[in-house]
Amino acid sequence: MGRAVGLAGLLVGFFLVSAVLVSTSLRHGAPRAEPGPESAEWEDASGSGPEDSLWPLPQWVRTSRHQLQLAPDRFQLLHGAGSSAGPACGLLQDAFRRYYEYMFGQSRWRKRSRGPLGDRAAPELLQLQVVIESQHSGCHSYPHLGSSEAYHLTVTEPVAVLKADEVWGALRGLETFSQLVHEDDYGSFLVNETEIDDFPRFAHRGILLDSSRHYLPVKSILTNLDAMAFNKFNVLHWHIVDDQSFPYQSIYFPELSDKGAYSYNHIYTPSDVRLVIEYARLRGIRVIPEFDTPGHTQSWGKGQKDLLTPCYDEEQPTGSFGPVNPILNTTYDFMTKFFKEISSVFPDAYIHLGGDEVNFNCWKSNPDVKEFMKKQGFGTDYAKLESYYIQKILDIVSSYNKGYMVWQEVFDNKAQLKPDTVVQVWMENNYAHELSSVTGAGFTAILAAPWYLDYISYGQDWKKYHSVEPLNFPGSEKQKKLLIGGEACLWGEFVDATNLTPRLWPRASAVGERLWSSSNVTDLEDAYKRLTNHRCRMLRRGISAEPVFVGYCAHEARG
Amino acid sequence: AQRLLAVLLLLQPAAAVWPRPQVQRSPPGGGRCLLPPARFRFGHAAGSAVGPGCTVLEAAFQRYRALLFAAGRPTGEAGGGAAGGAGALFLWGTHVEKETVCGFPAGLETFSQLVGRDQNGTYYINKTEIVDFPRFPHRGLLLDTSRHYLPLRAILETLDVMAYNKFNVFHWHIVDDPSFPYESSTFPELSKQGAFNAMSHVYTAGDVRTVVEHARLCGIRVIVEFDTPGHTLSWGPGAPGLLTPCYSGKHPSGTYGPINPILNSTYQFVTSLFQEVSSVFPDFFLHLGGDEVDFTCWKSNPEIHAFMKQMGFGEDYRKLESFYIQRLLDIVSSLGKGSILWQEVFDNGVKLRPDSIIHVWKSSKPYMDEMADVTKAGYQALLSTPWYLNRISYGQDWMAAYQVEPLKFEGSAKQKDLVIGGEACMWGEYVDVTNLTPRLWPRAGAVAERLWSNASVRSLQDAYVRLAAFRCQLLGRGVQAQPLYVGYCENEFGGF
Repeated sequence: MGRAVGLAGLLVGFFLVSAVLVSTSLRHGAPRAEPGPESAEWEDASGSGPEDSLWPLPQWVRTSRHQLQLAPDRFQLLHGAGSSAGPACGLLQDAFRRYYEYMFGQSRWRKRSRGPLGDRAAPELLQLQVVIESQHSGCHSYPHLGSSEAYHLTVTEPVAVLKADEVWGALRGLETFSQLVHEDDYGSFLVNETEIDDFPRFAHRGILLDSSRHYLPVKSILTNLDAMAFNKFNVLHWHIVDDQSFPYQSIYFPELSDKGAYSYNHIYTPSDVRLVIEYARLRGIRVIPEFDTPGHTQSWGKGQKDLLTPCYDEEQPTGSFGPVNPILNTTYDFMTKFFKEISSVFPDAYIHLGGDEVNFNCWKSNPDVKEFMKKQGFGTDYAKLESYYIQKILDIVSSYNKGYMVWQEVFDNKAQLKPDTVVQVWMENNYAHELSSVTGAGFTAILAAPWYLDYISYGQDWKKYHSVEPLNFPGSEKQKKLLIGGEACLWGEFVDATNLTPRLWPRASAVGERLWSSSNVTDLEDAYKRLTNHRCRMLRRGISAEPVFVGYCAHEARG
Repeated sequence: AQRLLAVLLLLQPAAAVWPRPQVQRSPPGGGRCLLPPARFRFGHAAGSAVGPGCTVLEAAFQRYRALLFAAGRPTGEAGGGAAGGAGALFLWGTHVEKETVCGFPAGLETFSQLVGRDQNGTYYINKTEIVDFPRFPHRGLLLDTSRHYLPLRAILETLDVMAYNKFNVFHWHIVDDPSFPYESSTFPELSKQGAFNAMSHVYTAGDVRTVVEHARLCGIRVIVEFDTPGHTLSWGPGAPGLLTPCYSGKHPSGTYGPINPILNSTYQFVTSLFQEVSSVFPDFFLHLGGDEVDFTCWKSNPEIHAFMKQMGFGEDYRKLESFYIQRLLDIVSSLGKGSILWQEVFDNGVKLRPDSIIHVWKSSKPYMDEMADVTKAGYQALLSTPWYLNRISYGQDWMAAYQVEPLKFEGSAKQKDLVIGGEACMWGEYVDVTNLTPRLWPRAGAVAERLWSNASVRSLQDAYVRLAAFRCQLLGRGVQAQPLYVGYCENEFGGF
C-alpha cells in the first residue's frame, strides 16, 4: 500500500496540452535549457510542452512556442520536390497512411462542428513533405546494419519538411513528427514550430522474442513490430526454435515442425515468415532469425533422426539425447542444406547461430564422441569439440554469403571467427569485462546482459534499464566503436501472447532510448514524464503497454 | 449455511479440478457419459430445496451451458459424435443439499471442469462422485481502483474468473489517495473533484449495481473499502474541511494529511457518507481501512496539539487515531453493519466490537504471530500478508502463495476457528487494465485452492499439473491468464 508520489506531475496528461506556451527551448540531448530572459512567458517549467512526450529523445531539438494547427481533412503527408522516392515507393505510401491514422485516426469519428480553422487565429500546417536525398532511396530494399536512419525535420508554417538520406530515416522522422502533434482540449490538432536533427547513437537496436518456450501467434509478433517502430527499434531477433518446440516450418525438412512443434497449430508457415519479414521491413526493422546450435536443440531431434548425440549410461544408450552430434558427416550435410534454406528465406545479411550453454555431459558419456576426441587430439577439452562444430557451421553459413551473430560463449571458447562476426554479450556477471575482451580482440559486439526483460521484479525497473551506459567498459576509442548496439531480451519461459505486450512495453522503451538517444540523456525525472506520456500514446495506438506508475491516460486501453 | 455440499453423481474420471474438491472418486468400473449439446440441460432435482425461480441458479445454468459448449474448446469434426445419441445419458441434476441457500453455484463450476471433449468433438463426462465444501468461508480478492481506474468490464470479467476459482468475496478497494472514482449521490463533488476524470474515470450508481448484481449471480459478496483516516488525499478537493491542514512552522503549508479527527463536521460527513455506502452495498460488512496513518501532519497542526492536550492523549497520536476509529466504528455499527479493519487498528489497541474482523497484511512482524495475537484476543482474522500478488518476481511465484498454511500458528483450536479465510490482493500501483488479467491469473488460483481445498492438498507437483490444465481452460473461456511455465494449450488463441 504505497503512497502516490508526484501526483501533480502525473495529472499533467499528454493530451491535456492546451495553449500552454512553451518558450523557445533548445535540447541537445539534454534536459531543457534554463529559461532565457523572456522567461516570464514560461507558464510552468514542468508543463506539458510537445517535447514532453518525445521518446526516444532526439539528438537535437529546438521548439518554438509558436503553434500551428492541423486540419485532418486537409493535412497531407507527401513526397517533397527533389525526393528520390515518389508514389511508387510503397513503403513510404504505407507509412504516410499509417502515421495519418496514428495522428488523427481515433478522432475522425468526431463530428467537427467547429467552424473552419482560424477560430483561434492559429496559422495552419498544411503538409509534411518527405524528401529522400540519396539516389538509392531504399524503398524496395531491406534495412541493414549500415542503413542511414538519420533525418532532419523542420516544422514551420505552412509546410513541414522531413529530409532523410534513405527511407529508413524518413520512417524514424515520421514517428517523431507524429509525436509532436498533439490534441488540445477542444479537439484541435496542434504542432509547435520545431526543428529536429536526429540520428541513432547505436546502429543495432534489437528486441529478442522467443517463440519456442511458448508459441507466439503471428498477430502478437506484428503488434510487437508496431511497438518497436514507435520506439525506433530496428532489429527483431527472432529466437524462433529451442529445446521446447520447433515452430519453424522448414521447406526442406518439414518433419522438424511436424514432430517438433507443440502442435500443428503452433507453427510458422513460410507465408507467416514472409509476412513478418515484410511487415518488419515496412517499419525499417530487420529480422534476424536465430537457429541456436549445438545446444538448445532438443526439439530438432524429434523430426531429424541421428542429429542429436545419444547419451550413454556406462555402456548403454539411455534413450535421451544431448546437443547436436558433432562427429557425424550427416550432421553437416543436414546443416548445409538447412542453412541454405534459412539463408534464402531470411533476407538479412546476418543469421544468429546461437552457440550458448552447451552442456558437455552427454558428449562425455558417449563412447563414439570420446573416440573422436582422441582422434582429433582434443584431450578432454570439450570446448574444443564445440569449437570444432561451430567452426564448421560458421564456414557453411559464410559460404552462403551471410554474416553471423553468436552468443558470447563462442568467443569465450575461442572458435575462429570471421572479422565481421557479431558477438552478443548476455552473461550478467561482469559484462563490461566481456565487452572489453570481445572488442579488444577486434570483434563487433552487442550488449544484452543488463536487458533481460523476462526477469521481472516489483516496481519501476525501467529506471535500471535506462541507467545502463553501454560504453562504460575499459577500452580504447576504437574498441568503443565496435559496440554497435544492444538488445532487450524477452525470453519465453513465462511469457506468451497473454502477457507479452504489457510485460515488454514500456519497459523495453527504456532500452530503446538508451540505444537511440545521446549518452547524456540520463535525467530520470524527465524520462519519467516523457515515458508516461509515450506509454499513453502507445495505448492510444492499440498497444496495451502497462502503466509506469500510478495515474491515468486520457485514452485508456479498452478492457 | 457456510458449508455447501454439492454432490455430483456423475459418470467417470477424476478429471483435474481446480481447486481440488474435498472428496472425488470414480465409481468402480468407471464409465463415460456423452453430453449431446442439443439435448443436455441442467434441471432441479426432485427434493431440491430450490426450484425454478431461483435466479442465481437459473442464471448459472445458462452461463455454464454456454461455457460447456461454446468458446474455444478444442474442436474435433463439427457435428460429429453424438449422432443418434444412443447410450447418451440425459443428465439432470446437480443435487444441491438443503442447507445450501439459493446461492453458490460452485458445484456447476466443478461439473463444467469435468466435461471433456474427445477427438471427434463429442462432449463427455466420466462417472464421478464429488462431495465438496470450502475449508474457509471468506475467500477474497482485492482490486484497487484508485491507483489506476479499472473499467467496469475488467471488474466483471474478474468476477467471472473468481467464480471459476470459487472465490466468494470481492474486496473493492474503491478509493485511495490518487483518485476517488466512486460517484456518491450524497457528495457528488468527491468524484467530480477527486476522480482522475470526472466523466470517464468514475463508477456510477448503475455501475456499482451492475457489479453487485453480477457478483451475486456468481455467488460472490462485494465488500467495499472506504479507507480512512489515512489514504484519503483524493477526498480532500471534493470535501473542504475534511482533511487535516498541515503546517510548516506557524503557517498552513497548503498540503493536507489524514482526515481531521477533531472536528464535529468530520463525523457528520462520515455518517452521511457511510449511510449511503451502507445502502448501496448490501453486504453486512464494510471494510473501514485504518492502515498506514502518517502522524506527521497531525503533529504539525496546532489545533490538533490543543485537542490532544484537552483529551489527555499526551504525545501518543495512536490515541488520536483510535479516537477517530472508535467513533467511526460506532457510526458504522449504528447503521447495522459489521466492520473489517486492517491490522493496525488492532495493533493500536482500539476497542473493537466482538464481531469485527481483523485483516492481517503487514510483514514487519511475522504474520503468523499477528494471526495468533488477533485470534487470542478473540477477533476473527483474515490473512493477506503472503498473498500480495501485485508484488511480482521472476519464476513460479504461485508456489510460495500455494504453500502458505493459514492455520500454522501457535494457538488453541478455538483460535483457529476464528480464522475465517484470506484474500489475494492486487494493489494498483503498477496494474491497470493492460496487465491486470495476466498478472492475476492463474497466480490467484493458488490462493483460491489454499482457501477452498483440504489442508492436506499441498503437493506442488499435483497442483502444477492441475493448475496448468485449469489455466488452459481459462484461455478457452477467453481469459488472458498467463502461462505457469513453458508449454502450450490446445485452444490458446480462441479467446482473445
